[in-house]
Amino acid sequence: MNPAFADLPLWVSLPAAILVLLGSLLTLTGAIGLVRLPTFLERIHAPTLGTSWGAASIILAAILVYSMVEGRLVIHALVIGVFVTITTPVTLLALGRAALRRDRAKAQADDP
Amino acid sequence: MTVLVLTVALMAAQIALGLAACLAAWRMLIGPRAQDRVLALDALYACVMLLFLVTGLRMGNDFFFEAALVIGAMGFVATVAAAKFLLRGEVIE
Repeated sequence: MNPAFADLPLWVSLPAAILVLLGSLLTLTGAIGLVRLPTFLERIHAPTLGTSWGAASIILAAILVYSMVEGRLVIHALVIGVFVTITTPVTLLALGRAALRRDRAKAQADDP
Repeated sequence: MTVLVLTVALMAAQIALGLAACLAAWRMLIGPRAQDRVLALDALYACVMLLFLVTGLRMGNDFFFEAALVIGAMGFVATVAAAKFLLRGEVIE
């Protein structure tokens, strides 16, 4: 339990709580989509819900709370946001290419 | 009041993110082909990174933030290496 929470005013803690809940529920929705969607090329879209808006929302809440606790602008959580935003398209592009290539190779092998 | 709101919201967020990590692990177990498992590994890394951020916010501990950063970097490297292996059959050419 964070002892600094007692000093926070309600107009900071309420938006922070809503942002954290929104981000985590979006991430959960993405994970459910990862399990439920039928094909790989549909499934590759689902977890990006968590890495785009889910991460952004949780990072915004962290910036809000840390800035209010320390009394100045604390934006070190933005590093994670920028990193995730840059790396997720790179990894999923590589993975999608690999999947496409493997699917074609499998279709060719299955052809008589 | 503010303590209650933030504590309940952060606990619910931890539960939701833990559930999301479990679902990603389930996809990694059943995933019919190798690319499904790599995708699930990437999703698992993202979920655990967010879980560490929320836990650090709840505990008021800055070290969780650095751990989340390290997990993000590790997830990127691991997924790119695995995708490269699936694409070419070797990691370093």
